[in-house]
Amino acid sequence: MPYRLLRFAVSRKHPEPRMFTHHDILKPGYEVVIIGAGGHGLAAAYYLARDHGIRDVAVLDKGYLGGGNTGRNTTIIRSNYLTPEGVKFYDESVRLWQDLATDFDLNLFYSTRGHFTLAHTDAAMRTMRWRAEVNKHFGVRSEAVDAAFVKRAIPSIDMSCGGHAPILGALFHEPGAIARHDAVAWGYGRGADRRGVEIHQQTEVTGIEVLGGRVIGVQTTRGRVATSRVICAVAGFTPRILDMVGLHTPIYIHPLQAMVSEPVKPWLDPIIVSGSLHVYVSQTARGELVMGASLDPYELHSTRSTLDFAEGLSAHMLDMFPFLSEVKVNRQWAGLADMTPDFAPIMGTTPVEGFFLDAGWGTWGFKATPVCGKTMSHSVATGRNHPLIEGFSLDRFARFRLTGEKGAASVGH
Amino acid sequence: MKILSCPLNGPRPVSEFAYGGELRTASNPDRCSDEEWSRYVFNRSGSPGVKYEWWCHIASGFWFIVLRDTLRDVVIATYPAEAVRGGLIPQNVLA
Repeated sequence: MPYRLLRFAVSRKHPEPRMFTHHDILKPGYEVVIIGAGGHGLAAAYYLARDHGIRDVAVLDKGYLGGGNTGRNTTIIRSNYLTPEGVKFYDESVRLWQDLATDFDLNLFYSTRGHFTLAHTDAAMRTMRWRAEVNKHFGVRSEAVDAAFVKRAIPSIDMSCGGHAPILGALFHEPGAIARHDAVAWGYGRGADRRGVEIHQQTEVTGIEVLGGRVIGVQTTRGRVATSRVICAVAGFTPRILDMVGLHTPIYIHPLQAMVSEPVKPWLDPIIVSGSLHVYVSQTARGELVMGASLDPYELHSTRSTLDFAEGLSAHMLDMFPFLSEVKVNRQWAGLADMTPDFAPIMGTTPVEGFFLDAGWGTWGFKATPVCGKTMSHSVATGRNHPLIEGFSLDRFARFRLTGEKGAASVGH
Repeated sequence: MKILSCPLNGPRPVSEFAYGGELRTASNPDRCSDEEWSRYVFNRSGSPGVKYEWWCHIASGFWFIVLRDTLRDVVIATYPAEAVRGGLIPQNVLA
């Protein structure tokens, strides 16, 4: 037996450093409390500690680190959005993604694949040209391409999609990428932990104390902590937290399901999205096909899976790739999506002083993880919204100034 | 929920239905302020709970009311749309 292992066997306490420090008790107070130890919450903690010198931070999670939508998404990273606000914001995120693995000293398996959004109708082609022009205006590499280009890039695709949805062209977004989503949470968590941030798992927030319109503390299942600043980054649980501070928002919850196939040899390099067929698919480094579709059609706060979803998604996958008919589905799961009327997030300050929202992340939150951490930490440290998130503030609804991102945020709407 | 009982068509697979959102009463656009109107247009009760909802049986175009627990996805009762006027729905839901 190697000496390194033998040393562990005779040690009273396992000496190998863990990824995260375990804290037995909560302190009586923290400068900042972050609710939700997913990618967004941990990224905010990481940048608060690294860039703003605020290290007296607790990240609380009622479950386990990265167990929510951080570990349930289909890991696609892109910035080919429709509104100037969206394009600038997500482009900054893509830029941050590039050197995240170096920052963390952890392999994120960040893999640039190229991203095709297929157009099956003239109307869809018009939207693709529109998106391409907005993207190019802000220096994002996107272009509208024709059917022959799509066929060259994905030789195995059935260009007629079963005869009922012929592919006319696509929006091709070269920087489109995938990454290992769990590692993103671990990387941010470890980075924050090493800088003095406390991560408390299995610690549920049961109440938020507001006095005279200001946050003064947070009640948890492990006791009360005093704090003047709270970030809410809880994905599909946002409305329940908002009830604790008495805020009303447009957020409503639908489940979003996804599934993954058995591993097959590499054949699909780019990421393929079809709004008309309600499909997005990519192949992981392990060879599995990660597939997603549109939201479940009604409000529900449960992560159950349905046969309807697996059948519908499989049928559309076979329209594009008939040769997959013998491939088995390995796993199916769901996450809870915070939906907003304009398909843009709700971020930053709120009417409750010291209560900051990082919410409304619907079906588009994973790719934004780094830039959310950056901009939320800036907003909390300075008390003013970062310029990149001004278009996403909660008060845009009362002003009827929405950030209409429906055409580019998701599929099947 | 895989089967939904339509007051007109009886128990049918849920895929035959469309969800129409929570039962709410519109603000009066002539009398309410812009802020009240924005609250009516955009805000929703996002937390889980037992809610009255509009559903439509697509094949027959029949709209009706479903009382459903949105945490457990359990239907407690269904009513024809007339129930909105007929006193079957609690007044505080319609207020």
